[in-house]
Amino acid sequence: MNKSHRLRLPVIAAAVTASLVAAGCGSSSSSGSGSGGGATASAPGITSTQILIGSHQPLTGPAAPGYSEIAPAANAYFQYVNAHGGIYGRKIKYTYLDDGYDPSKTTSVVHQLVLQDNVFAIFNGLGTPTHLAVVKYLNASKVPDLFIASGCDCWNNPSAYPYSFGWQLDYVREGKILGAYIKQHFAGKKIGYFYQNDEFGQDGVKGLDFEIPQSQVVSRQTYVPTNVNIGPAVAALKASGAQVVVNFAIPAFNALFKLASLKLSFNPTLVASNVGTDPQTLGGLLEAFAKQGGATVSGNQLTQGIITDGYLPTLGDTGNSWIALFKKVHDTYDAKAPFDGNVLYGEAVGYAFVQAMVKAGKNPTRASVVKAIEGGLSQGASVAPYDYSASDHGGMMGAFIGVIQNGAIVQQGPVWTTDTTPAGPVTTFSGTQPAAPASGMP
Amino acid sequence: MTLLRHLAAAIVAGAVIWAASVQLSAFRDFQMAQIAVYVVAIAGLSILIGLSGQISLGHGAFMAVGAYTTALLMTHLNWPWWAVFLASPAVAAVGGAVVGLAAARLHGPYLAGATLMLAVALPSLANQFPGVFGGDQGLSVNVFVPAALGANFPQTRWLAWICALAALISLVILANLARSRVGRNWRAIRDDPVAAALAGLPVGRLRVLAFIVSAACAGLAGAMLAVTTSLVSPGSFTLSLSIALLAGAVLGGLGTLTGALWGALVIVLVPTYVTDVATSHGFSGGVAANIPIAAYGVVLIVVMLVFPYGIQGGLRRLARQFLSTPPTRLGPPGQRQPAGEHAEDLDAPYRRPPVSEHQEEGTS
Repeated sequence: MNKSHRLRLPVIAAAVTASLVAAGCGSSSSSGSGSGGGATASAPGITSTQILIGSHQPLTGPAAPGYSEIAPAANAYFQYVNAHGGIYGRKIKYTYLDDGYDPSKTTSVVHQLVLQDNVFAIFNGLGTPTHLAVVKYLNASKVPDLFIASGCDCWNNPSAYPYSFGWQLDYVREGKILGAYIKQHFAGKKIGYFYQNDEFGQDGVKGLDFEIPQSQVVSRQTYVPTNVNIGPAVAALKASGAQVVVNFAIPAFNALFKLASLKLSFNPTLVASNVGTDPQTLGGLLEAFAKQGGATVSGNQLTQGIITDGYLPTLGDTGNSWIALFKKVHDTYDAKAPFDGNVLYGEAVGYAFVQAMVKAGKNPTRASVVKAIEGGLSQGASVAPYDYSASDHGGMMGAFIGVIQNGAIVQQGPVWTTDTTPAGPVTTFSGTQPAAPASGMP
Repeated sequence: MTLLRHLAAAIVAGAVIWAASVQLSAFRDFQMAQIAVYVVAIAGLSILIGLSGQISLGHGAFMAVGAYTTALLMTHLNWPWWAVFLASPAVAAVGGAVVGLAAARLHGPYLAGATLMLAVALPSLANQFPGVFGGDQGLSVNVFVPAALGANFPQTRWLAWICALAALISLVILANLARSRVGRNWRAIRDDPVAAALAGLPVGRLRVLAFIVSAACAGLAGAMLAVTTSLVSPGSFTLSLSIALLAGAVLGGLGTLTGALWGALVIVLVPTYVTDVATSHGFSGGVAANIPIAAYGVVLIVVMLVFPYGIQGGLRRLARQFLSTPPTRLGPPGQRQPAGEHAEDLDAPYRRPPVSEHQEEGTS
């Protein structure tokens, strides 16, 4: 064995060690906000030319199908804004990292975004359990936590979480709006509940119970997302004689519910939360699950007649100026994704962020963007107004009732608004949704 | 003697960690705490597999036991961090004893299957009893920086300190245990359970003991994970966590404590580093999201090809060649060791004898 051969291995050892060291300290240089922009580098993550924001999203893992479309869609809208002059000349840079819907990974990526990448704000962090892992940290660090992608009522707590803002219709309000519709249209009928046994389902049921008389509710069944054996729950609902079943379930469990009830020849009127009723997603799941079981079904046929609600304009409403705008943005910047409910959601929440930043002024700070939102945001792409104020960080106040017909949600009647209290009435929203600005920017 | 040497090493390591934590940014401190979590978990698993010869695919479940113990004690009884760092491994050890009793009767794939079931089933208990365990939302955990350190003391540095301290103490204990009679007995039952039983060793009891020690480590790691994550929920203890721990142990080098450090470094740093590179090179979201997983796989494959005994095994081989000791192709690793120290070296990764000869010939 000659010497040169023997020396090669230590070189490899040194290289391995060096690469590990590099991994350890490789990219810590990006901290410290750029000081070059003079007066305009007004806050961490903001330079004279750029606004840097971050997010945690389930890009891989169990929650990825569907939800992984949201952040790219929001980013598509930001690309559109950047191409049309940005916000006071600054371009939005949106870094969304994968947490796989695992709360311990959420903590890790949010620390990375806040401490290493030095983002101005966390935007649209997705998921209730995941975001709960970081909400205290973000507020303790005074990082704006804007437009969380979860309808949990828990974010609306300005004294504990002054920097956190919800956006979408919360599940209590959604439950109340669906409950009021059921009370009015199914008086005297037997009602059953089928819901996810966590904050999502429980908040929804809380809202339903505020409206539906207790004597009408004959059965309450729950499921957990990790257990697909829902046969017993469906059988119990059938045995109770329920004529109307209200689902607060994610799309996969709405599909399982529908198939299980078909098997038992149980055919109640189905009322379901918006979370689980995107017709394309639900129809696709129904066909896929039935195929696994060796049967062929038509997704459109099985989703026909499901009663649900919506807080954004329906995708089929091509005459709506917001749908036209978002379709245009989607076709230019995010054409690979299907134009479905998730994409619409992402673009609409992106619009809300741009609204807030425009309102926060030429040289925004973390405090000024919070103040701007607390001053109220105009309605934007939502069918109902926002409730933002210093004492309310909830988000949208209402939705319309819709029925799925031929694979599309068709609005029935007016938009309803309400609050999250037991006694607060569900009232018709008298205003109309303003048209999207011609420029496509707030 | 051994104890003193390990203590001295731990004190030096502690000083280095302290200096680094003060110098480095807040995010690096946070990563240090995460590395400490994985070092403890992987070290415990590595002892179980590498020393006692049993496999576990369910260590994520023991971490969940420790983490939920931490959350419940901190929320309901207001226990301080150091007390839960003692209580959580104790509770997990009880769980380990129960599982170990069953595990001692199982071998190979049956043991792997039984522990796999544990990893899948146990965390879902949280969903069955949402009143106690908070269901899918989990329970929140808060660790406050002591007021004595000042109001502006970074929380991540405090986390790095308490996690590093817990890791160092458990490593010293494990190092001594591995060198003790218990450690030697574990190696004996690993290499040949029949011979060990004939020599009078209680094979079953030793296997259960290894499970207890290993579960206690996982319980401590779970407690540390709970305070760094500040939330305990079933989503943190999926099957992929258990698999990641096993991968870390194999990557680092089975049965070695230094190997546990390498494994933890790879698990924590590679995804972050690769994500930085992927996003800064402007990959689209879908691609960038999957690059860390792919990179992790590539690292796993490359290490296994280049260093079949893990990083620690590979480094030892390099060091041996660098120190111009004649290569010990066929002889036992004890050749280069000073006379009188014939006990197997703690940092020598566990090699299955038949594979060992073949593999080493093949890669040189």
